[in-house]
Amino acid sequence: MKALVIGCGRVGSNIALLLDREGWDVTAVDEKEEALGRLGESWAGGFVLGHGMDIEVLRRAGIEEAEAVVVATDGDNTNIVIGQVAQQRFDNQCVVVRVLDPARAEFYRGRGLRTVCPTSVAIDVLLESVRACEVRPAESAPA
Amino acid sequence: MYILIAGGGKVGANLARTLLKDGKHEVTLIEQRRDRFERLEHEFEHQVLLGDATELYVLERAGIARPPDIVAALTGDDEDNLIICQLSREKYGVEKVIARVNDPRNQTHFDLLGIAPTVSATRGLMALIEHEVPEHDLVHLLELRKENLEIVEVQIPQGAPAAGQRVERLDLPEGSRLISIMRNGRSEIAVGSTELHPGDQVLAILQPGKEDELRRVLLKK
Repeated sequence: MKALVIGCGRVGSNIALLLDREGWDVTAVDEKEEALGRLGESWAGGFVLGHGMDIEVLRRAGIEEAEAVVVATDGDNTNIVIGQVAQQRFDNQCVVVRVLDPARAEFYRGRGLRTVCPTSVAIDVLLESVRACEVRPAESAPA
Repeated sequence: MYILIAGGGKVGANLARTLLKDGKHEVTLIEQRRDRFERLEHEFEHQVLLGDATELYVLERAGIARPPDIVAALTGDDEDNLIICQLSREKYGVEKVIARVNDPRNQTHFDLLGIAPTVSATRGLMALIEHEVPEHDLVHLLELRKENLEIVEVQIPQGAPAAGQRVERLDLPEGSRLISIMRNGRSEIAVGSTELHPGDQVLAILQPGKEDELRRVLLKK
């Protein structure tokens, strides 16, 4: 099974490594050569240098044969566009897109794009952690 | 008309200036960079807004919900322009959007996602150069993006294979038709019996990508 990870920063590189460990045939795409370093010396998967908006780069990375595409560059709008291209142009069924802005994440989720919003996740987890401290505001309203 | 412009660089600011001088329009300009915004604020006062036009709350502050008659996405970033147009049209029901394409290689993404019309300086310059330079034997006159067709003009040279031929005898590529022939300042609709002469200016409609085949039939010696 082939997976494409577009954007090989802190998030993308770890997804690439974990998918690789799970047995996927992974190719990472990043416009900076340094990104390859994040995958470690023993990286045996693919790496394509280039911008994910570039159709030729996507083709070289094997988007036409990929079963899964993870889009996690540092730009929300870039991710949303690449995600839609992967879905609509290359007809990929499993496209997962990182979107930091909760509003845009929700809007595009409603349009059928599988968006994941780390900001919303962080808000939930942080709130839960505060509640788990078992301290309450002094004059909390009666439940 | 109410016109919302995203991107206060040279293109956006000049468009805003020109529209306002017209005196018939209401304009809001959105600029993301603070230094640029402060300069624009001197001139445009409350008509310019600081913010990222791909953020929903910024668009809403700019009155996207009214909605504007036209949203022009003119930033220097193609992804941003695409998203601004999608949000405007699909979330807020803006009927007309115009997008600037900075890198012509991104045109295909705008087409895929149905964002039109688009304006590209590179494309415009190419069309001008094609008109000016005689080596460009085939001039693109009009792109019909939705129909996936284009209209081109060619001039039949001396000794071309098509010179002296009737239109019905030409082996035109599939997906192309001749529209009209212009000769001595007069034009006529091209029909099967129309004969092509050297010097004729021929309008043809064809699917993009068929240019070379059409050249081969009409022009090549």
